Amino acid sequence: MHTPSSDLNTPDRRFGPLTRSCWPWAVAITLGVSAPWILIALDCGFYIGLLTKMLILGLAACSLNLILGYGGLISFGHAAYLGAGAYTTAMLMGAGISNAWICLFASIAVSGVLAILIGLVSLRTRGVYFIMITLAFAQMMYYLINSIKSFGGDEGINLSQRFTLGLGEHLKKDLQFYWLVLLIVCVSLFLMSRLIHSKFGRVLQALKDDDTRVESIGIHAFQYKLVAFTLSAMLAGLAGALLVNQQKYVGPNVLYWTQSGLLMIMVILGGVGTLSSGLWGAITLLGLETILAEYTTHGVFYVGWVLLAVVLLTPQGLSSLLPQISEWMTRGLGTKARAQERAKDAS
Amino acid sequence: MSAPPILQTHQLVKRYGELLATDHVSLEVYPNEIHALIGPNGAGKTTLVTQLSGQLKSDSGELFFEGQEVSHLTMHERVQKGLVRSYQITRLFKTMTCLDNIALALQAQRGHSFSFWKPAAHDRALSEEAHHILSDIGLEHRHLDLAQTLSHAEQRILELGLALATNPKLILLDEPMAGTGAQESERIIALIERLNTTAAILLIEHDMDTVFRLAHRLSVLVSGQLIASGTPESIRLDPAVIQAYLGDVHT
Repeated sequence: MHTPSSDLNTPDRRFGPLTRSCWPWAVAITLGVSAPWILIALDCGFYIGLLTKMLILGLAACSLNLILGYGGLISFGHAAYLGAGAYTTAMLMGAGISNAWICLFASIAVSGVLAILIGLVSLRTRGVYFIMITLAFAQMMYYLINSIKSFGGDEGINLSQRFTLGLGEHLKKDLQFYWLVLLIVCVSLFLMSRLIHSKFGRVLQALKDDDTRVESIGIHAFQYKLVAFTLSAMLAGLAGALLVNQQKYVGPNVLYWTQSGLLMIMVILGGVGTLSSGLWGAITLLGLETILAEYTTHGVFYVGWVLLAVVLLTPQGLSSLLPQISEWMTRGLGTKARAQERAKDAS
Repeated sequence: MSAPPILQTHQLVKRYGELLATDHVSLEVYPNEIHALIGPNGAGKTTLVTQLSGQLKSDSGELFFEGQEVSHLTMHERVQKGLVRSYQITRLFKTMTCLDNIALALQAQRGHSFSFWKPAAHDRALSEEAHHILSDIGLEHRHLDLAQTLSHAEQRILELGLALATNPKLILLDEPMAGTGAQESERIIALIERLNTTAAILLIEHDMDTVFRLAHRLSVLVSGQLIASGTPESIRLDPAVIQAYLGDVHT
């Protein structure tokens, strides 16, 4: 079916659908740009905040997916980096530094450094031990933040306003902030997709299959794991910096193990090892929670059933439904075209 | 053997509690030879190979590769020096294509892979060489298939391809023909001979016909001890070997 020459001429063919065609990107960006206008038209403008939160937590989940889905590193402490980013920005803004670029950069840096330190220890373990040790580090961070008064203790930190883009204005309007988040999330996803298809990405995917075998072809696996772990944490830190601005509040719960669990659920819901899975997972989970909250106080109970259904019915997660639907559509169009041809032949 | 050995161990030991899995083994492998390592099940052949590759730390003893002491080196560092192993149980990157499997091994030989932006597939020299190796081992027609979809024999061959792609000077082959049929074994034997044109080979193999057909020299391991080393003829006539190993088989 595939000849070697055709592969060399079109080297992208053997990679995922994202490089094979641009349409998922086009659909996602169109959705992202039009969603707030649709909400405003429906007189539901207050949901823009929710939309923003979906994107932010989606970014955090995507960053987790980078090491969990592609690298096979099951980190159960990803909230630590989300929290580190959130607290860094909150502390800076509390100290009067409200330039967004400084805050974002600092959050990314702090989360990155933290990940290097935690990674140096935890990446020496594997399997269940790795899960437990990442969890332990995140919980240590939680209790640390919780007990230090200057970090707001268990009450957290409230912000009076959002950061500025250096253009004078604070991002007062939810819609303005939404555009910033949308832009950052799109750029981050694009960078991640480049990374996955790079030589580094190839090593990362091999690590998931068999990290000892990676060593036995001459690659220092630990270095690559550490870099992937750190990059992933930096993106989570970026999401944290955005999250604190979206809520104008940060509390120690952002570091709690349930938050790590939620990120993991988002990844599993969206489909482990698909670039945008975290985003779909976050949209689904937060959307469900919001909808169910209107009708019942036991929303979590029903969310559990949905989770179960998704895991059982779509083993590849929700993001695998998209290509499936597109296949149905093209097949449908195909039969339509054939029918027209037949009609032409008949006349 | 006038050339100095490419691999030399001196009193190599591996202990598991009371059990001496590798009992003061002193072994020499010379450049360009196929050196078979034989011995009954549980003799410690795989343990020895795992020690030589650096995956397992030796408890004591010395290991020289090309005259250099390499005991302190990790597995990936030894691979960079040209000391490469393959696995008895097939260990491939199962969810990657055959081409990506080979390209990854090639990538490892060309410095670091901390390249985050450029798509790996756009490195023409790399994919051309990967294609070259795949056609060399007869798997070119499978290059876009995931490794896990290959037949058992094809997986064994790709396993050898991975070793080939690391540009080895000595390959430790742990039962490369395990579980393959007669016809497929011939393919693998041909491939081993092809590998031997550029590298020395330490071969663990149970099938005596294959061993005596391929090996230039043999070493016999029994209960962790190296009881004999020499040419096939001398091993065949060695009373200790006949008693401890071949004797067991034929009585």
